[in-house]
Amino acid sequence: MRDDVLLSICGLHAGYGETEVLRGIDLVIHEGEIVAVLGSNGVGKSTLNRTISGIVRASAGTIRFAGIAIERERPRDIVALGLIHVPEGRRIFPNLTVLENLDLGSYRRASSRRALNRERVFSIFPRLYERRSQLAGTLSGGEQQMLAIGRGLMAEPRLIILDEPSLGLSPLLVEELFALIRRLNAGGVSIMLVEQNVVQSLEVAHRAYILAEGRFLMSGTAGDIASDPELKRTYLGL
Amino acid sequence: MPRGRAGARAPRSRLGLSRCRSSEIVLSPAILLSALLNGLLTGAVYALIALGLTLIYGVLHIINFAHGALLTAAMFAAYFAFKTFHLDPYVAVFLLTPAFFVLGYALQRFVIGPASHGDDRNMLLVTLGLAVIIENALLFEFRADTRTIELPYAFATINLGFTFLAVPRILGLVAAFVVAAVLWLMINLSDIGRAIRAVAKEKLGAQLVGVDVAHVYAVTFGLGTACIAVAACLLVPTYYVNPTAGNAFVLVAFTIVVLGGMGSIPGALIGGFVTGVVESLSGLFLGESLGQIGIFLTFIFVLLVRPRGLFGAGA
Ligand SMILES: Nc1ncnc2c1ncn2[C@@H]1O[C@H](COP(=O)(O)OP(=O)(O)OP(=O)(O)O)[C@@H](O)[C@H]1O
Ligand SMILES: [Mg+2]
Repeated sequence: MRDDVLLSICGLHAGYGETEVLRGIDLVIHEGEIVAVLGSNGVGKSTLNRTISGIVRASAGTIRFAGIAIERERPRDIVALGLIHVPEGRRIFPNLTVLENLDLGSYRRASSRRALNRERVFSIFPRLYERRSQLAGTLSGGEQQMLAIGRGLMAEPRLIILDEPSLGLSPLLVEELFALIRRLNAGGVSIMLVEQNVVQSLEVAHRAYILAEGRFLMSGTAGDIASDPELKRTYLGL
Repeated sequence: MPRGRAGARAPRSRLGLSRCRSSEIVLSPAILLSALLNGLLTGAVYALIALGLTLIYGVLHIINFAHGALLTAAMFAAYFAFKTFHLDPYVAVFLLTPAFFVLGYALQRFVIGPASHGDDRNMLLVTLGLAVIIENALLFEFRADTRTIELPYAFATINLGFTFLAVPRILGLVAAFVVAAVLWLMINLSDIGRAIRAVAKEKLGAQLVGVDVAHVYAVTFGLGTACIAVAACLLVPTYYVNPTAGNAFVLVAFTIVVLGGMGSIPGALIGGFVTGVVESLSGLFLGESLGQIGIFLTFIFVLLVRPRGLFGAGA
């Protein structure tokens, strides 16, 4: 085992009430990696993210982040460790201004460097600077996605989980998004990327996992997975 | 205002209003203006009570049925602070407000929240149960007796030439503005304030930036309860205390919250003042015992025109 493991998940089970969605997940993310998690609709990708960030309770298994067991921790304490989850559907605060949304990104972590990180986010997303006093609910879908990512960056993540960040973006913006993911990663942030956009995700990711029926059906380097014909046809619908 | 103390020292008689029956009034601008001012002053206390209620509704999305019982409890606390420790209510307010913040925080964090088992809809029922418990505990301990305190200046007035304004009510107006300003600053300019607004609209998003929702709920409930403590200290000098004293005020406060727009802070403030004035004017025209009818007529009228209230979202 490499000694730069950032996130490791072992035998994870989770679900909602009686329905078990995740049935024995094993996953590893190393420092500095981009790992893609792929799978068809409703297999439990977002459930996995919610379990990692403490919103959904694991019924069995372990999750370790930076050497600390987090499967029993509260979301606030997981955020404090630097594991930041940018959720599906953005979940920005529509009744707060862009600036206030960003400030809340550093509610639990990195609040002393708030001003600095704001500048950093504004240099990545100049559009957000133009809109800084506007209520977030009035932003366009693309702008809201930028804000959701920007809010996540305000906490200086060690690992950022992006759940379908390209959903609803124009092809041009999707290109920009994947370029951004590369840049963030080059800047030292590890990334777990959950996407429907299989081709582009496999281009940017180092490794990938394919989720099906509550388990990882397959994992490997992004290149291997992209070139597996059986897999492409059956599970990714390419 | 719900009927004050009966008897020889009816506070209203000092305000130059209560003896005016519609049939007897010669409507001079001075009388109208005086009714208007007194209505504003009464409205201030309404506004405070409604402020707490609307804050809790806006964030926890429940109607706090324990609001009236907590107001009564706060009035008893102010009463005994005076009787036992000889603390003037206007001094006691500086102790009771933080104490009731802590009480409200603890109630939400350790009773209402846990008893709701993670389902917010249950909180409504728990507050209802809490109201029953508090009211009956007060009844058990203090009987149904009606108590009053005697302050030398309780019925002091300031002469404006054309009318007299009661000093306690002027203090009430000042207090309402101070409380509203402090709340506004806190909600808009502090991290916990931003978190409160964030939780109100987007709970999951708030959790994912590390906001502790249980804590934010409790802070909000504490703030709402603290508003009540301020109102109680303002009421006790001129109003009687008994185990149901708070309910009449909270009934009016409920209508104000709906009138102003559920969850809207400016709505609660302005709705409180409007209601105070409406009550005072309809008391002037219809006779004091019918003053509250005006409130409910206005209430129905506003809702016909603006179904979400004056400041309601999307109105
Ligand atoms: N809050 C919930 N309560 C009950 N069941 C849920 C809940 N959220 C999700 N599920 C169910 O869990 C399963 C997995 O959902 P999840 O959102 O994790 O899928 P997903 O892989 O993210 O899908 P998509 O690609 O469409 O986003 C689905 O069958 C869904 O219906
Ligand atoms: Mg999903």
